[in-house]
Amino acid sequence: MGAPVTVRVQREDFDLSAEVSKLSSDRPDIGAVVTFSGLCRDEAGTLAALELEHYPGMAEAEIERICRLAVERFGLQAATAIHRYGRINPGENIVLVVTASPHRQAAFDGANFIMDFLKTSAPFWKKEHLTDGTTGSWVSAKDADDTARDRWKR
Amino acid sequence: MSTVNLVYFSWVRERIGKGEETLEVPADVVTVADLLAHLKTLGEEYETALEHQNVIRAAINQEHVEHGEPIAGAREIALFPPMTGG
Repeated sequence: MGAPVTVRVQREDFDLSAEVSKLSSDRPDIGAVVTFSGLCRDEAGTLAALELEHYPGMAEAEIERICRLAVERFGLQAATAIHRYGRINPGENIVLVVTASPHRQAAFDGANFIMDFLKTSAPFWKKEHLTDGTTGSWVSAKDADDTARDRWKR
Repeated sequence: MSTVNLVYFSWVRERIGKGEETLEVPADVVTVADLLAHLKTLGEEYETALEHQNVIRAAINQEHVEHGEPIAGAREIALFPPMTGG
């Protein structure tokens, strides 16, 4: 049996501590848990909300594929990834990654790896709604995100 | 002619003006690149959406593919801009 991988794509918020508990309860073999959560920034007060569009089906499949790559590569004992869609206000959660391993380094690296690949290959797109009442533009993909992903090439 | 089921996301969807459609394409449309070139002949909205053809990403049956990928047998072909999740 492989390490448990939990992936959810949902409109509603998630609870960090509940997800950590689910992943690590009754698992005395786990020695390290890393959680990363990504939040919606207000961009110095100019951003009213983000609208997140996704490709249903592929979004889940792609995140699961990335998590399984991370489990394999870093020897993770468990991984959870949750990504929200729909309208998200500044201060709200967008994404959660939780990784578990016997020692800290694998959990840190695994979470980092999952986020770097999720940003560049999970089918989500952010549109900005601005505080001046206008609908802004679609967020552009950043070269820095491709660079971050490519550092995992070996 | 063959039938393709297309889905569009983000600004590709907005510029084309619809989220999905089923189209008949000529037999000489073999790859994703051929499909993009063909779509651009269908009207101004397609031309605008797919103008920068090299930035358009494609997925066949919900898996990422390169533009050289053959489209034969695809249940669903998705076209979208670079992703900005996370």
